Amino acid sequence: METLLSVICGFMVAASLYLMLSGNLIRFIFGLVLATNAVNLLIFVAGRLSQTHPPLIDPDAVIPAQSLANALPQALILTAIVIGFALLTFVFILFYRAFQALDTVETELMRVSEPRQGRDAEEGGQAGVAGIHGPGGEGA
Amino acid sequence: MNWLVVLPVIVPFAMAAVTLCLRNHLRLQGRAAISGALVHFVVCMFLLARVAKTGIVTVQIGSWPAPFGITLAADHFSAILVAVTGILGLSVTAYSRAEIRVGMLAAGYQPLLHILIGGVCGAFLTGDLFNLYVWFEVMLMASFGLLVMGGEKQQLDGGVKYVMINLFATLLFISGIGLLYGMTGTLNMADLHFAVQQVEHKGLLTAVAALFMTAFGIKAGIFPLFFWLPVSYHTPPVDVSTIMAGLLTKVGVYALIRMFTLVFIFDIAYTHGILLAAGVLTMIVGVLGTAAFYEFRRILSFHIISQVGYMVLGLALFTPLALTGAVFFLVHNMIVKANLFLISGVCRQKAGSFDLGRLGGLYKNHGFITILFFISAFSLAGFPPLSGFWAKFLVIRAGLEAKAYVAAAAAIVVGLLTTYSMTKIWAEAFWKPAPAAESVPEPELDKQGPGQSDFWLYAPIVVLVMLTLAMGLLPGPFVNLAGSAAHELMNPGIYVEAVLGGGR
Repeated sequence: METLLSVICGFMVAASLYLMLSGNLIRFIFGLVLATNAVNLLIFVAGRLSQTHPPLIDPDAVIPAQSLANALPQALILTAIVIGFALLTFVFILFYRAFQALDTVETELMRVSEPRQGRDAEEGGQAGVAGIHGPGGEGA
Repeated sequence: MNWLVVLPVIVPFAMAAVTLCLRNHLRLQGRAAISGALVHFVVCMFLLARVAKTGIVTVQIGSWPAPFGITLAADHFSAILVAVTGILGLSVTAYSRAEIRVGMLAAGYQPLLHILIGGVCGAFLTGDLFNLYVWFEVMLMASFGLLVMGGEKQQLDGGVKYVMINLFATLLFISGIGLLYGMTGTLNMADLHFAVQQVEHKGLLTAVAALFMTAFGIKAGIFPLFFWLPVSYHTPPVDVSTIMAGLLTKVGVYALIRMFTLVFIFDIAYTHGILLAAGVLTMIVGVLGTAAFYEFRRILSFHIISQVGYMVLGLALFTPLALTGAVFFLVHNMIVKANLFLISGVCRQKAGSFDLGRLGGLYKNHGFITILFFISAFSLAGFPPLSGFWAKFLVIRAGLEAKAYVAAAAAIVVGLLTTYSMTKIWAEAFWKPAPAAESVPEPELDKQGPGQSDFWLYAPIVVLVMLTLAMGLLPGPFVNLAGSAAHELMNPGIYVEAVLGGGR
């Protein structure tokens, strides 16, 4: 079971990387969803899978009668899911706003904050010319 | 329960709540924000004094003993950084009184700012890996909000890239946490110090260490992973760039230093070797990037990268002196870098642009800000007797002592190149005559609220400049503090004992 889940995790991460690297905001979101779930599964597997009882002890017992499940990975995943949802919502809205403002979902075409020429073309101040063709202009 | 450790986190969150309630009363909100920042600053200073006096202070939340419960621990390293956070929080809040737009205030600038500060303090103080992740998220959410607040095209563009890469880093981070938990069964950092040594397959651990290194490296902006930083840091209003430049990358550096002095110290030759290479390349590439740009804040953004390189170098050399240098450098850089961003804001307000081509004549017309810039820039470039000199001196000397001659040489050369790029700003913005009046002012300027008073504009800058001067002229106490921090970092036993109470 753990092997199967590990393989599934691997495939999910591979697929999400493919989507995230494709340079399209919509695909990035799907990649993000896949990746978050893959990570959650990973924590689940890392915390050992076992057929045990829920971590509850009888009121009069001090030591649990049978082996119990580890509650910590579940708590971690729960937190991660909540945070993941919050981030996902934010990303949805941000990308929508970016689409409205920039009129594209292709990251290759988003160059507003880093125009290809060091500064705006319309002002050809002598001082600025030297700075146009420098290293580091290829951000993003 | 030791409240002093918890307060640097609680106060900003309380202030966030208060300022959120006051969002319809902007005048009152401004006052509440500044007094809240003042209280936070005082609390942070008390914490630093307490730690300097009695050593590491820890709190077990809910009285659950250490490896099981949530731990907050303030050693010298954390306390120093929390104190600087307090200073920066206060400075930026004060600066916002003169600079921020009314629209931003109404959109919730103050609550987000305080959440950001609280998140940063939480990340510095937590002693638990998963909580570090949560604090990273708190901080990131606030920074996302601040970064795109106002919704200019540029901001959204920079914001998209910032969000994408940071989310990816977060995913790497939490995968690392999951794998580490699977191998060791604990998430308490002090407990991990022992648990890691008992893992049989050290190769797997090194892989996890690489995951953490990449995740924190993205946050810190080290060499191959820094591209998001100069894309985004020059887009938001200057207050936001300041707080992000001063604090956010430094949290990444903090996490790197914490994890690679406390937990991942089983294969120093390998992990710290990578860090050494990354640190040197970060310094060089960052400073070369500054040569390419003619925008005030973009130059400063590339400087952040090159200076993160020095800190990583200090960590990678892994000697007491090098770590002293790294800690000192962190403090110096947080203060000076934030200050330069604030100064760029003043220049924008006085002369109308961030673009060096449009700026000019500031020396003639605004002599005071020129002096302030001069001191900060020289401090950043590492001229004696300013704080940057001592910071660089410590790191370079540690490099020479550790026989890392290439790294030391690179550090010196990068210092010189920093001077070059600062000269560029100096010559363009301050020295050359103001450009002809025909150049149209940037349209966004019109939406700016009236600069109510120059007092709030200058006061934080003057205070931060005084601090650099103090660190430069009287380095003794600061170096001693950094030295105690380095001593604790080099001997993780002290931290572990303080957190676990010697129970192991």
